[in-house]
Amino acid sequence: MNRRDVVIIGGGPAGLAAAAALKKAGIHDILIVEREKQLGGILRQCIHDGFGLTRFGETLSGPEYSQRFINEVKDLQIESITNATVIDLSNDKVVTIDTTEGLLKIQARAVILTMGCRERTRGALAIPGTRPAGIYNAGVAQSYMNLYNKMVGKNIVIMGSGDIGLIMARRLTLEGAHVSAVFEILPYPSGLPRNIEQCLNDYNIPLYLSHSVIDIKGDPRIESVVAAQVDEKQKIIPGTEKEFPCDTLILSVGLIPENELSLSAGVSLDGRTKGAIVDENFQTDVPGIFAAGNVLHVHDLVDFVSLEAEKLAEGVSRYLKEGSLPEADIPVETGSNIGHVIPQKISGTRDIQMSLRVRRPVKKCRLVISQGSHTIKSIPMPKAIPAEMIQLQLKADSFISKEPVEVRIDE
Amino acid sequence: MNSRTFTCIICPNGCEIQVSYEGDKIHEINGNKCKKGLQYVEQELTDPRRTIASSVRIKGAELPLCSVRLTKPIPKKDIFSVMEKINQADLTAPVHIGDVVIKNVCGLDSDVIVTKDMERLQ
Ligand SMILES: Cc1cc2nc3c(=O)[nH]c(=O)nc-3n(C[C@H](O)[C@H](O)[C@H](O)COP(=O)(O)OP(=O)(O)OC[C@H]3O[C@@H](n4cnc5c(N)ncnc54)[C@H](O)[C@@H]3O)c2cc1C
Ligand code: SF4
Repeated sequence: MNRRDVVIIGGGPAGLAAAAALKKAGIHDILIVEREKQLGGILRQCIHDGFGLTRFGETLSGPEYSQRFINEVKDLQIESITNATVIDLSNDKVVTIDTTEGLLKIQARAVILTMGCRERTRGALAIPGTRPAGIYNAGVAQSYMNLYNKMVGKNIVIMGSGDIGLIMARRLTLEGAHVSAVFEILPYPSGLPRNIEQCLNDYNIPLYLSHSVIDIKGDPRIESVVAAQVDEKQKIIPGTEKEFPCDTLILSVGLIPENELSLSAGVSLDGRTKGAIVDENFQTDVPGIFAAGNVLHVHDLVDFVSLEAEKLAEGVSRYLKEGSLPEADIPVETGSNIGHVIPQKISGTRDIQMSLRVRRPVKKCRLVISQGSHTIKSIPMPKAIPAEMIQLQLKADSFISKEPVEVRIDE
Repeated sequence: MNSRTFTCIICPNGCEIQVSYEGDKIHEINGNKCKKGLQYVEQELTDPRRTIASSVRIKGAELPLCSVRLTKPIPKKDIFSVMEKINQADLTAPVHIGDVVIKNVCGLDSDVIVTKDMERLQ
C-alpha cells in the first residue's frame, strides 16, 4: 500500500489553503484528492464578486479567489489528483480512492476532511403538490447558468432567503428573467444584509418574510406556487394564501456538510453543525483525522474558510511532528441563543479561534464566554444575526480550570 | 430633513447606517463601523453605483462560458445596457484572468475583464 504523511480529501478553498500552509510548515508528503476535473471547489461557479476582501484587500470573484490558491499550491509543487473520488475512509486512516486508473489505497498518517457541503433538497422540506419539472436547487441553477450556459426559466419564484438564492435572484434578473418573489418562512432573512440590499432591493424583488410555499401546481412543468403567511409557530394563517404564476421554482433552503466519509471513519458528529466535533486543532475524535471549511460547519465567507484551514494546518503539522496532540478535555457548551460553536472541546493549553452563530437575531446584547462563575470575556455587540458567523480569539491563559466553557448571549 | 437607513454593501459586515440628510448633504450619520460607510452613503445619495459579474460565450474551451466582471462600479441605471454589451461579446480560448473583454464599456470608464483561466481544448 502507498503511504503518505497527509491526504487531503477535497480540493476546494479549505483543502488548498490547508495544503499550502502545511507545505510552508515543512510538511512535504501531501496529496490532495479532488472528485471534479479541476481544483477550486464550489467557488468555480460563484462568478459574482465580493470574495477575498479580508484576505487580499480587494474584492474578487469566486473563480479568481480559487485561482490564487490553486496557483500557490502549484508554485509550492504540492501533488494533487483530480477526477478522483474518495469512496472510503477507515478509522486507521486508510483512504480508498476511485481514480480513472482504478482503485487506489493509501495509508495516511493524517487525513484532512475538506469535502465541503451540499444543498438541502425539496425532499427535506415536504411541500405538498405535484412534482413537476422546473424546480431547482439554487446551487444547481447556478452551475447550469454560470458554467453550462443553460437558462433555467423566465418567470421565477424563490423559496428560502439563503445567500445562494439571493445571488441567483440577481443573476437571473440580469439575464432577463423576472423574479416575482422570494419567500422566507422565518421572520428574518437567512442571507447576509448586503445580499438583501444588492441582490433584491436593487432590482425591486419583493422578499416575503414569514411566508411559505404551501402548494406547487402544474404538470409536466410547474405553472404556479401557492404561498401563505405563517405565524410564530410556522403555522399557516388561513385566508393569506396567494397564487404566484411561474415556470421555475428555485430552492435556497440551506446547506448540509457532506459527512458520509467522516461517519465511515467513525468520526462523531455534532447534531447542531451536522459536522464533526473538533478541538482547537480541528482534530476530530479520531486521532489524526482533521476537518475544516464547509464540511465542518457551513460558512458564508470563503475568507474565513481559508483562515480556518490554515489554523488546522498548524495542528496537523504539530501532530505529525509530535505524534499526538494534547487531550481536549474541556467541553465548550452553547448557552442561551447560541446555535453552535466551534471548537466543541479544548485542551486549554493553546490560544484558540472560536466560531459561532446566534440562533435568532438580537440587537444591543453581550456575547459572554465564561468558565464556572468566572467571566473570560464579555463583548458588547450592536447586533447579532444568524446569517453572520461570529469569530473571536481567546488566549490559552484565559482558561483557568478544567470546568466547561460556556458561550451565551446576554440581552 | 429626510432620514433613511442604508445597508452598506462594501464589506460583509453589512452595517445598518442611519442617516439624516437634506438633498446630498448629510447632517447626521450613525451605525457605520468605518469611514467607507460614509463614502458609500454619500455615493448612494448622489450617484449609486454597482459592479456586476456575468459570463461570456467562449469557443474552444472545455466549458461554453467564461466568467467576467467589471473593474470599476458603474451607475446603477446603466447596468442593463452593460449587460447587453456583455451578452454580445464572445471569446476564444485560451483566456486568462485579467484579459480585457470590453474596454471602457459603454464609455463608463470601466472594463469587462476575464475572471477565470480557460485553456484551449486540444
Ligand atoms: C452553491 C454554493 C454557492 C456558494 N456561494 C458562496 C458565495 O457566493 N460566497 C462565499 O463566500 N461562499 C459561498 N459558498 C460557501 C462556499 O462553499 C465556501 O465559501 C467555500 O467554497 C467552502 O470551501 P470548502 O473547501 O469547504 O468547500 P468546497 O468549495 O465545496 O470544496 C469541497 C471540494 O471537495 C470535493 N469533494 C467532496 N467530496 C469528495 C470526495 N469524496 N472525494 C474527493 N473530493 C471530494 C468537492 O468536489 C469540492 O471540490 C457557496 C456554497 C455553495 C454550496
Ligand atoms: S461601514 Fe465599513 S465596516 Fe460597515 S459594512 Fe461598510 S465598509 Fe463594512
